Amino acid sequence: MPSAVVVFPQPPFPPAIASMAGVVPAWDLNPRSVRVGGFKTIGSAVPCEMRHDHIISATQLTRADIEAVLDHAADIAEEPSAYADRHSDKLLGMLFFEPSTRTKMSFTTAMKRLGGDIVDMGSVESSSVKKGESLADTVRVVEGYADALVLRHPMEGSAKMASEFVDVPLVNAGDGAGQHPTQTLLDLYTIRENAGFDDLTIGIMGDLKYGRTVHSLAHALTTVDARQHFISPESLQLPRSVRVDLHDEGADVREHTDLDEVLPKLDVLYVTRIQRERFPDESEYRAVAGEYQIDADTLEAASDDLTVMHPLPRVDEIAHDVDGTTYAKYFQQAHNGVPVRMALLDLMLGGEQ
Amino acid sequence: MTDDDRQLRVSKIRNGTVIDHITGGQSLNVLAILGIDGTSGDSVSVAMNMPSERLGRKDIVKVEGRELSQEEVDVLSLIAPAASINIVRNYEVVEKHRVERPDVVVGILECPNHNCITTENEPVESRFAVTDDGVRCEYCNTIIRDDLPAHILAE
Repeated sequence: MPSAVVVFPQPPFPPAIASMAGVVPAWDLNPRSVRVGGFKTIGSAVPCEMRHDHIISATQLTRADIEAVLDHAADIAEEPSAYADRHSDKLLGMLFFEPSTRTKMSFTTAMKRLGGDIVDMGSVESSSVKKGESLADTVRVVEGYADALVLRHPMEGSAKMASEFVDVPLVNAGDGAGQHPTQTLLDLYTIRENAGFDDLTIGIMGDLKYGRTVHSLAHALTTVDARQHFISPESLQLPRSVRVDLHDEGADVREHTDLDEVLPKLDVLYVTRIQRERFPDESEYRAVAGEYQIDADTLEAASDDLTVMHPLPRVDEIAHDVDGTTYAKYFQQAHNGVPVRMALLDLMLGGEQ
Repeated sequence: MTDDDRQLRVSKIRNGTVIDHITGGQSLNVLAILGIDGTSGDSVSVAMNMPSERLGRKDIVKVEGRELSQEEVDVLSLIAPAASINIVRNYEVVEKHRVERPDVVVGILECPNHNCITTENEPVESRFAVTDDGVRCEYCNTIIRDDLPAHILAE
């Protein structure tokens, strides 16, 4: 059983903040003590550390954390059967307050592939939330049923707040327009597999203002020292809080309204959906969204090694004629959600071999 | 008749706290932050827009019967950075200090992001990290730079 090993340290707030807020500054213990060896060795006699780390934001992940998860995911992808009974006694609590297909399904798949199972709150309409239960109460109840929790919630900060009320590990699977760190990890996995992190130039295009996937990813890309180009209509540029953070972290960031000028330089083009509801009327939406769609013709100007990614679902921002090209990696990206989430759950749940 | 005689002077307090050098016009916000609304029955004097060499104009608040702790007053630095605190016992100033910028303010400000979980009916107080040029919600990361008084949580 556990010593206090912090593998996913909280943001490095000065201890003063933590103590004033009356919480134990867990990140103060030894934020860099990432134990990779303990869980990397399959069949090792070394027991894994019991983990109680919440995954709330990509900003909490150090480069070592990221590499540890991706390495572990790569090991799992290579020999998934070695992990099939790893958490046969464990239950994952699924709290999805918003519809989700791939995130929910891939967490479910990941947990089952580890030999465990899920307990699902079901839809909000059929749950006690409908009766007005607070999120804090819901998570305090469900933590008694499960060994770890996955939370998707429409409000920003929900995952952080929920994590303050539970002792089991909690994973943020998207909090409003906030963060979506497990999507980021599978994005990074896909990027590393296809383009590598060395000398990486990436373009991120579409809705940068409301896209939580983008916010999480931008932080993590800064952590791995990528050059980042953001391509969007002016009305959907990165929010101030994200820009301030990236600036503080010394990110190499440029903003554009036009893809053409940067496309040839890119190793990776990450496309996101521009949503109709962000615009006051249909015609304005169509005019703007049309500017940020790509097809096979668009990509003729790109490097042969370009990797095109998309968190999915797409509507028409990537034409179907791109699917058959060597650029298209978005389905592989979606599939990577399983080994990456397996790796994360395995690290979080710890347990004996 | 001297000058003094023609001015309405706020009387000295016996025991309590005098907050001086409050940014002109901010004293009511100071009282709001401190949760002082007069219902306790103790005397509270407020002087607004008094001439001040240092600030041009300043507000003064005198609270009878209550000694404010450093932690309580530090949050005032967000709206009245020059404020000084005098603790008075038996008409004598026994302690005098400045407000210092805290690292975090809890339960004082309301997050302007209506989609922030702290604005919901949850058992959680708002919490803002204090940065060099503003404050930042520790839940949703929304930054407030200007007009902090407008974000003071209504009791």
